[in-house]
Amino acid sequence: MTAAAIPARRSMARIGRLQILGLIYGFFGVLLLAYVAPNLEPADKGFTFEQPPDPARFAFDPRSIVVAIAIFFVATAVVSLLGDRFERITRICLLTATIILAPLFLVLALALSESGDTNVVSLAVESLRLGTPIALGAMCGLWCERSGVVNIGIEGMMLAAAGVGFTVYAVLGDAQGGGWLWFAILVAVLTGGLIAALHALVTVTFRVDQIISGVVINLLALGLTSFLRSQVIVPRGISTGEATSVIDVPIFSEIPVIGSQLFANKPIFFMMFAIVVATWFVLYRTPWGLRVRSCGENPHAAETVGIDVIKIRYQAVILGGLIAGLGGAWFSMESQGGFQDNMTNGAGFIALAALIFGRWRPFPAFAGAMLFGFTRALGTRFQILGVEVGDFSIPSEFWQSLPYVVTIIVVAGAVGRAIPPAADGQPYERSK
Amino acid sequence: MSAPTTTEERAPRRGMHHMVQRYFDLQPILVPIAAIFLALAVGAVVILLVGENPLTAYWALLRGMFAPDRIGATLGRSTPFIGAALGVAFAFRAGLFNIGVEGQLLIGATAAAWVGTWAWVADLPAVAAVVIALVAAVIAGGLYGAIPGALKARTGAHEVIVTIMLNNIAILYVRWMVGSQDPVILRDMSASVPRTATLPRNARLPELVGSEPRVHVGFLIMLGLCFFVWFILQRTTTGFEVRTVGANASAARYAGIGVGRVIILVMALSGSFAGLAGGGEVAGQSYFLSPGVFVAVGFDSIAIALLARANPFAIVPAAILWGGMLAGAPLMQQETGLSIDVVRIIQALVLLFVAADVIVRTIFRIRHTGESKGAMAEARLGAEWGSVA
Repeated sequence: MTAAAIPARRSMARIGRLQILGLIYGFFGVLLLAYVAPNLEPADKGFTFEQPPDPARFAFDPRSIVVAIAIFFVATAVVSLLGDRFERITRICLLTATIILAPLFLVLALALSESGDTNVVSLAVESLRLGTPIALGAMCGLWCERSGVVNIGIEGMMLAAAGVGFTVYAVLGDAQGGGWLWFAILVAVLTGGLIAALHALVTVTFRVDQIISGVVINLLALGLTSFLRSQVIVPRGISTGEATSVIDVPIFSEIPVIGSQLFANKPIFFMMFAIVVATWFVLYRTPWGLRVRSCGENPHAAETVGIDVIKIRYQAVILGGLIAGLGGAWFSMESQGGFQDNMTNGAGFIALAALIFGRWRPFPAFAGAMLFGFTRALGTRFQILGVEVGDFSIPSEFWQSLPYVVTIIVVAGAVGRAIPPAADGQPYERSK
Repeated sequence: MSAPTTTEERAPRRGMHHMVQRYFDLQPILVPIAAIFLALAVGAVVILLVGENPLTAYWALLRGMFAPDRIGATLGRSTPFIGAALGVAFAFRAGLFNIGVEGQLLIGATAAAWVGTWAWVADLPAVAAVVIALVAAVIAGGLYGAIPGALKARTGAHEVIVTIMLNNIAILYVRWMVGSQDPVILRDMSASVPRTATLPRNARLPELVGSEPRVHVGFLIMLGLCFFVWFILQRTTTGFEVRTVGANASAARYAGIGVGRVIILVMALSGSFAGLAGGGEVAGQSYFLSPGVFVAVGFDSIAIALLARANPFAIVPAAILWGGMLAGAPLMQQETGLSIDVVRIIQALVLLFVAADVIVRTIFRIRHTGESKGAMAEARLGAEWGSVA
């Protein structure tokens, strides 16, 4: 093989990952042009941005929007086949096409339903709100995995925190708000930390398989919280309680259009943003964060420069647990006041997918969490709109399954290129 | 793993002496038993905290599990656990963690409930009708299990996440198929609650003991399945490949084993075992499918597979213990007023102590002989998020 032969081969269009993705979009675009667009009735639909009464409205005919997006999809496919010189443009087109999917679905849903308008700002805020526990869970996983400990027990940590927190709230404060609510949230956070300490003990000290420890935690949390509910909460006759209340951020909530929807929200929602930023700062801008990362990448090298790997891993896992505990508190004390068995319902695992989607980095992981929040919000919105294809009204189960389907697509599509911390999942033994 | 870790891994040893030695090598049995005692002890503290007497509770639980009029219910309850746990254990041996047995069970059960009620099946002789329904369950469960296998082999998507997502998807879509009234898909419109039509008599598995839940021929099928899994693992080339991939995937690749192919095959077989368990429940136990069945069976079977250390024969006693605790818990609740969730806590603790056997060994001073650490020591699950096979 000579050096000259390589560029000659590279200039030919090869069918790689980008080309396949491009072709999928192209196929999708042709499908939209040939079957979907001709069957849409001309109609006047609109996006609104504020609660009614509302003057601002973006009106459109769904058919022209669908046609425009479909043409873009076909163009993406063509660009992707042009060869390697267009790789950069192909990537940009593919990214744009993926982002456009969201408005496309929304326009299609609107076109197929009886409703005329839908509020897009409230949809975005709802996505952020529903993404809150997922982002917190992803930050928990991030701290654990960057230190080298795989944590599939995020679900269990959140569930235990939600259950124990609400139990304390119900016993001490009769779930009636006030100072006990904040005390209970603190208890939830500490519960998360405690369960994480158990995970650290079992995996770091006893070097048990980390996946198995995670499963045990999930199982333990399920049993413990069901037990607490049936033995403590139910006998007291407390089914619902007061959740955290909406806080208006001064000045910011005065911002037109988005202010009243985004900056008038509940406390854990705001804390989540702070935690994501703090996670980024501590991980990349402090000596301790560097130590955590070094333990996750090469613990033996870390040890030779005097870092106590075991101690760092304990600290990182417990910190992650505390964050997951706050995520748990969101379920039983912010999104609603009350606890049901298995109320986290897979959020911990979706958080893990968000983390992988974000390739173990704080802000991309946050973006992944918001993607899942968006699919969930979109599902609820579609259910409200009542989308019908012909005579077939799309069942609610279909919308509810959206986050799970997206998770699979994301994990299958992103992980091939995502590289976890090098020592992730490997138990560490001190050098003798 | 530097040295061969289990007795099975060594050169074939023949003769009575070694057979006897293997059966009296109590190491692998001792740790789970000690773990159970430890879990019961911690559970007793929980019961004391709620203000009940742990001894009364445990006595009631024990009678609920094994009293002569209750043992049938225990076996009936354990039946699906055996097949599902075999699925988990088989995947364990290849280093794969199949959390998706719950979804595979559900899909298998749905296939059996659907195919078993086809009009022409009802006219077949009894044996043929049952076999067709169960084969449908096996195929459906196998296909549903092959999805995460193929994704893992082709794209490196970790099977833990994919199977959990597929569980949720299966639960939602089965609920829709069984519950939907417009259009009617599998729903029996003559029934007041959402459920499928009842299987015709010749598509049912015969009953052995009329307890509640009953013991049916499915229990014997599950015992046969244990032998089948053992045979595949220990006596076939495929089994050797499976165990090699589980012990060290990169070494297996250098040895010329198609790791991706093995992963897909293992997940498909694993899913088909779970599918058979699900189909068996429809054909032998309920005779129809209602949404919301098999909740938590997935996690239970993972626990059983761990308790049995992925040994196909040890799964039977482990499943009976597990199913028995669930079947016996209501008696405990009736006599002491304790919530049946106590059993769940004890089960999680059993699993914790089995997994963290260092704790158990330290407390009970069980020595490490290095002889038989069990199959779990062979395969590591935690490593390699998203490595493309």
